[in-house]
Amino acid sequence: MFGLEALDLARIQFAFTVSFHILFPAITIGLASYLAVLEGLWLKTHNSVYRDLYHFWSKIFAVNFGMGVVSGLVMAYQFGTNWSRFSDFAGAVTGPLLTYEVLTAFFLEAGFLGVMLFGWNRVGRGLHFFSTLMVALGTLVSTFWILASNSWMQTPQGYEIIDGRVIPVDWLAVIFNPSFPYRLAHMATAAFVATAFFVGASAAWHLLRGRDNPAIRKMLSMAMWMALIVAPVQAVIGDFHGLNTLKHQPVKIAAIEGHWENVGDEPTPLILFGIPDMKAETTHFKLEIPALGSLILTHSLDKQVPAMKEFAPEDRPNSTVVFWSFRIMVGLGMLMIAVGLWSVWLRLRGRLYNSRPFLYLTLWMGPSGLIAVLAGWFTTEVGRQPWVVYGLMRTADGASNHSYTQLGVTLVMFVVVYFTLFGAGLGYMMRLVRKGPKTDEGKEVSSGGPGQQRTPARPLSAAGDDNHDGESLSLNKGN
Amino acid sequence: MGIDLPLIWAVIIIFGIMMYVVMDGFDLGIGMLFPFIKDDRDRDVMMNTVAPVWDGNETWLVLGGAALFGAFPLAYAVVLSALYLPLMLMLVGLIFRGVAFEFRFKAKADKRHIWDKAFIGGSLAATFFQGVALGAFIEGFKVVDRSYAGGSLDWLSPFSLFCGVGLVVAYTLLGCTWLIMKTEGKLQEQMHNLARPLALVLLAVTGIVSLWTPLAHPDIATRWFSLPNLFWFLPVPILVLVTLYGLLKAVARNAHYTPFLLTLVLIFLGYSGLGISLWPNIIPPSISIWDAAAPPQSQGFMLVGTLFIIPFILGYTFWSYYVFRGKVTHEDGYH
Repeated sequence: MFGLEALDLARIQFAFTVSFHILFPAITIGLASYLAVLEGLWLKTHNSVYRDLYHFWSKIFAVNFGMGVVSGLVMAYQFGTNWSRFSDFAGAVTGPLLTYEVLTAFFLEAGFLGVMLFGWNRVGRGLHFFSTLMVALGTLVSTFWILASNSWMQTPQGYEIIDGRVIPVDWLAVIFNPSFPYRLAHMATAAFVATAFFVGASAAWHLLRGRDNPAIRKMLSMAMWMALIVAPVQAVIGDFHGLNTLKHQPVKIAAIEGHWENVGDEPTPLILFGIPDMKAETTHFKLEIPALGSLILTHSLDKQVPAMKEFAPEDRPNSTVVFWSFRIMVGLGMLMIAVGLWSVWLRLRGRLYNSRPFLYLTLWMGPSGLIAVLAGWFTTEVGRQPWVVYGLMRTADGASNHSYTQLGVTLVMFVVVYFTLFGAGLGYMMRLVRKGPKTDEGKEVSSGGPGQQRTPARPLSAAGDDNHDGESLSLNKGN
Repeated sequence: MGIDLPLIWAVIIIFGIMMYVVMDGFDLGIGMLFPFIKDDRDRDVMMNTVAPVWDGNETWLVLGGAALFGAFPLAYAVVLSALYLPLMLMLVGLIFRGVAFEFRFKAKADKRHIWDKAFIGGSLAATFFQGVALGAFIEGFKVVDRSYAGGSLDWLSPFSLFCGVGLVVAYTLLGCTWLIMKTEGKLQEQMHNLARPLALVLLAVTGIVSLWTPLAHPDIATRWFSLPNLFWFLPVPILVLVTLYGLLKAVARNAHYTPFLLTLVLIFLGYSGLGISLWPNIIPPSISIWDAAAPPQSQGFMLVGTLFIIPFILGYTFWSYYVFRGKVTHEDGYH
């Protein structure tokens, strides 16, 4: 059917489930840290805007987190169910890394999530803040381990191969493999940027509907500071990551650039747009700038960038896909930087909260971070092909030998279930976003509940908060 | 010989799965008890008893998968690809169940019933296919050249399907006695009434599985019924009967905590029986934990962290249960 083989179906199934999955953790990582900052600011300043925003975003966080957990559970089992030969071959390295992720991150998140979401009136302020911090820490620790594992598959080191299987010999070398620091920094930052634009778009939506209050303004303001500072930082990290890839996976860079061959000693041009053709071994309709490729990738005007034809055809990744996925990512990154710059220009003129063209752009940019995350992962993972562990095991040799029918049926099942359930989940998240932050949530005294000896949460703070409400209102108007 | 790392890892994984069965067992049981309770507010209470902890409970299942991957990659590869379909169906069940926790309270009143059904169906499917996978595991797998060599439907057998039913009954009883402990009033009374028939059905199911397993698997029969093994293992079935008797008495005198604790003992005993039948094979019928072990460099590296971290995990898990201790009532807001 459609000229696909069982291996293609296995790859599509993994790509589908992991692509859906990554969206949730990206938001989870960003929102968890955002919530920790909000709660910290609330405890420090007693400005109730922070508390209201905390409650608002923690509900959205809960829905998102639940979807991340269940879609992640599938991933933990899919290595064995769908890629059993890979698991047997490389399990001695990737398995322990995944185990450390579960032990140091998943349990930490899950253990403190209950108190973070439901414990506002059950534990003291300090303990609650501590719980939020532990959840946020868990998300980052999780990023650390899973990217160590992924990066090892991209740039393996610290191992021996004995009896056709990988044996780790130096764990520090395994974890801190050459591409790991760059990939970790790039992904963690991507999660923060994606969340900032999601938060910013939510604020813009409310402001465009005339729902202007200090909490909404604070949301937009914080998101735009992030966009201004973190989006350019991300571009710099991305540049370093690219140079690292050039060193360790030059053919991936050649594919990303749609660069087939070097002419004489000429510096490599940068192809802005074009359509790489794997069969014809060329890039059609290309629009190129001379020498810019060399300048960006070698930071010089005379060195050449390796070209696709220098590598055997069976070792080349699909240039058509990664050429475009890379450009989508970079294009969105540029737009994000532009939004950040525009925001500071408007802020200085005191028009950040009422420039409609800006608010519309911010609204449309809501999903931009997530799309960029997906595009980036497609670039690096499709760019790793045809290897599952770079240079060591080909993807075709890593699969389980499941039948075409079995894979087809389960793929359809995943597609239907994911779109229905996660579609509904996204709907609920959007509904929560539309409701907007409520004032004074979590301030009311809980009407009893499990455990009679409950610790009163915050007995004397109510009166003070109201004063701060007034202050924050006037402060924000001054912005 | 130094430290027997495969042995230690087998014990850790057995412990992790035990934690999962105990903790997610009552969560899933609550889902399967939903059809018996019509009142929407009672259903809220049922869900609220586990809402703060279900995610942590499910993490033990992730640990089971990940630790198997790291410590016994061959077993992870073979068993998981052999059980492809039942595990995928279990995961889909867990997805429906998991999202229902959040979506049910976010949905408008007229859409709530959809997530009630997702919660029931998801819990049921996850439990049933877990049981089926367990049954297929007991029956063993055909392995050639370090790969699963059987068919895609080998897991489907009367025995494995019956194990699926058995696990449904076991988890339902766990959920029922959990609710006796965590609720009060009418809901608790309804659970009290369900506990006795559930316990008796569980007795029947356990009896059948206990006879069917050795009858169908001569190796397992030898393990149990040869001397002196029989004397060592005899306490297991005897303790099952004693515990069940105690459970029925506790239900009869309206105890709140004892039924749940005794159900835990029952589950533990059943689990021990399973361990006795299969030890030391990690890919039944013939690949042992030593054959399937990852190199000591991997198992050792994992062990250092695991032994250090697990006490912390148990500590803050216990703390979280402590924060949400006591009865859950209608007045407890969820969000």
